[in-house]
Amino acid sequence: MSKLHPLVELTRARLLEFLREPEAVFWVFVFPVLLAVALGIAFRSQSPRVVPVGVAGTTGRAGEVVGLLDGDNTLGVRQLAAHDGETELASGTLDVLVLVPDDPGQTLTYRFDPMRPESRVARDLVDDALQRKRGRQDVVAVRDEHVAAVGSRYIDFLIPGLVGLNLMGSGMWGLGFAVVQARVRKLLKRFAATPMRRSHFLLSFMLSRLGLLAGEVGAVLGAGWALFGVTVRGGILDLAVVSLLGAFTFAGLGLLVAARSRTIEGVSGWMNLVQLPMWLLSGSFFSYARFPEAVQPAIRLLPLTALNDALRAIANRGASLTETWPELAVLAVWGGVSFVLALRLFRWQ
Amino acid sequence: MVAAWCRGLVKRYEDVVAVAGIDLEVRRGECFGLLGPNGAGKTTTVEMLEGLTTPDGGEIEVLGERWHKTRNDRLRQRLGVQLQETQLPEKLTVEEVVRLFASFYRRSRPTDEVIAMVELGEKRRARVGKLSGGQRQRLALACALVSDPEILFLDEPTTGLDPQARLKVWELVESFRARGGTVLLTTHYMEEAARLCDRVAVMDYGRIIALGSTAELVAALHAEQIVELELDHALEAPALASLPGVSGAVGRDGGLQLSVHDIGQALPAMLSALAARGVGLRRLTTHQATLEDVFVHLTGRALRDE
Ligand SMILES: Nc1ncnc2c1ncn2[C@@H]1O[C@H](COP(=O)(O)OP(=O)(O)OP(=O)(O)O)[C@@H](O)[C@H]1O
Ligand SMILES: [Mg+2]
Repeated sequence: MSKLHPLVELTRARLLEFLREPEAVFWVFVFPVLLAVALGIAFRSQSPRVVPVGVAGTTGRAGEVVGLLDGDNTLGVRQLAAHDGETELASGTLDVLVLVPDDPGQTLTYRFDPMRPESRVARDLVDDALQRKRGRQDVVAVRDEHVAAVGSRYIDFLIPGLVGLNLMGSGMWGLGFAVVQARVRKLLKRFAATPMRRSHFLLSFMLSRLGLLAGEVGAVLGAGWALFGVTVRGGILDLAVVSLLGAFTFAGLGLLVAARSRTIEGVSGWMNLVQLPMWLLSGSFFSYARFPEAVQPAIRLLPLTALNDALRAIANRGASLTETWPELAVLAVWGGVSFVLALRLFRWQ
Repeated sequence: MVAAWCRGLVKRYEDVVAVAGIDLEVRRGECFGLLGPNGAGKTTTVEMLEGLTTPDGGEIEVLGERWHKTRNDRLRQRLGVQLQETQLPEKLTVEEVVRLFASFYRRSRPTDEVIAMVELGEKRRARVGKLSGGQRQRLALACALVSDPEILFLDEPTTGLDPQARLKVWELVESFRARGGTVLLTTHYMEEAARLCDRVAVMDYGRIIALGSTAELVAALHAEQIVELELDHALEAPALASLPGVSGAVGRDGGLQLSVHDIGQALPAMLSALAARGVGLRRLTTHQATLEDVFVHLTGRALRDE
């Protein structure tokens, strides 16, 4: 075989080393898919729940009330003895219990716990149904419009976040460990004794990420599409560009964090320190809009936030690449500065 | 012609002076050995010559060039290096590792040729992690030879290898020299130095305590024989050093070691000297003087901790 450019050989060697490490392959390709599946199932949107309603009373009037409510298919109405009703109410099997007095002159009683939101809803649904059946008229004309759009479910929000998280994790852990291991084994020193360009060595790590990118992003997106029907509204190519930039950014950060560490333990600590804030703040699992207004500009400057926002803009809203330029700029600055710093600080022995 | 030299070379670490001002000259085409015990400063010296460690003082020139802070590529193209404790990537195959190293050099030998040279042809598709110690060492040599270097630096190329594996490495070094290459190697093994090296520098505590060809160093002992004595009472070395036929004596491991140039004179004199002091002789052995004895006589210690 003819001789190839050292950058090509270094990248190839890096990729082969990665692919021959079954554990690494698991964490990068399989684990994120399992995570997506687990979270997708846990937070799947359910069809509206039938509201469990109990009706208690000793006379025929109780049966009458059941008859009135039965027509409403959002309500699951059962007639039962008063004290069974109390028990079920207490255990949460019933949302509301309607007590029907023997004396027709006395009022109906709704028994429910106002601290339980579903019980308050149930009380209003029951009351609304009874009053209408008895002839109450609406005074304002209204119309309901139901939205259950694909693209606005939790799983739609989650999948781009997992892509971002995976790009961060595999970029930083993958490169950080490989670099420090090569340093511990004096391989870096051996390379330093050759005319190999040092920038080529670091660049090969970033390029190796490019080789894995398609598989890494594809695995999560593919699982989201196949299992939950999550789709990318914007351009796939745009998404690829954002992923690529994100991968480069975190490769740069990974190299920077690993630039000087002499032990695996040391680099692990730094990796955790850098990644933990982004795990929490960058909105991979839930929107960072929940954090105080004052800190949000800072959160938006984190590379993972920028990556997640750009991925979501394209995947969920169908934004174009140009619309995401502020996020891309944040990523480019992090990546570029990290790479240059890593090259300067890098310890070869 | 000089392939590499250094003058007044110094390297200090926090708690130790690893190299305490040494002068060396490696001639073109020769095999030069640095012999010394653990911690003598061999690795530190070699790595300074290789441009991997920055000296705290002194001058270095390798193949007519000096090391700069950056831009050493041109010089590195001409060197072959094997470090004391490099672990090559375990997941890559022999072939992949050699190709990788070859790609760093503008002018390199064909991968197949180098692999055949170190006799790893059958293992070319085996992962580095699955190689034996001797095979790994030969792979490290292949990586050093792939650039077709003018000078080869080998740091303890045979430490930890069995005699057969050691012999293979020696043959590789010899064939490199036969093609006109220059070698600088470090070793603990005096038989290695004696077989491979034209000249040897004996190092101890960061200094060179003897320099010359193996024959010269041994001759400087003025000893045809080395006599080792095990005694039932401790005896100071000077008591026997001035006997007729004896050129020197050092204490070693509780016994004494004499360098003897006339065994016919020395033996009776020594026996009567012992009898006069009432010291009993437990054991007496003699052998031809070697580099090992040179080291013992210079330092009173063995080269290796046995
Ligand atoms: N990076 C370092 N930091 C601190 N001390 C060091 C360092 N490298 C070497 N030393 C010290 O310098 C001295 C010389 O070490 P060196 O590795 O050169 O010895 P050596 O002759 O190669 O020994 P060996 O035969 O065990 O390989 C030793 O005392 C060692 O502890
Ligand atoms: Mg050493």
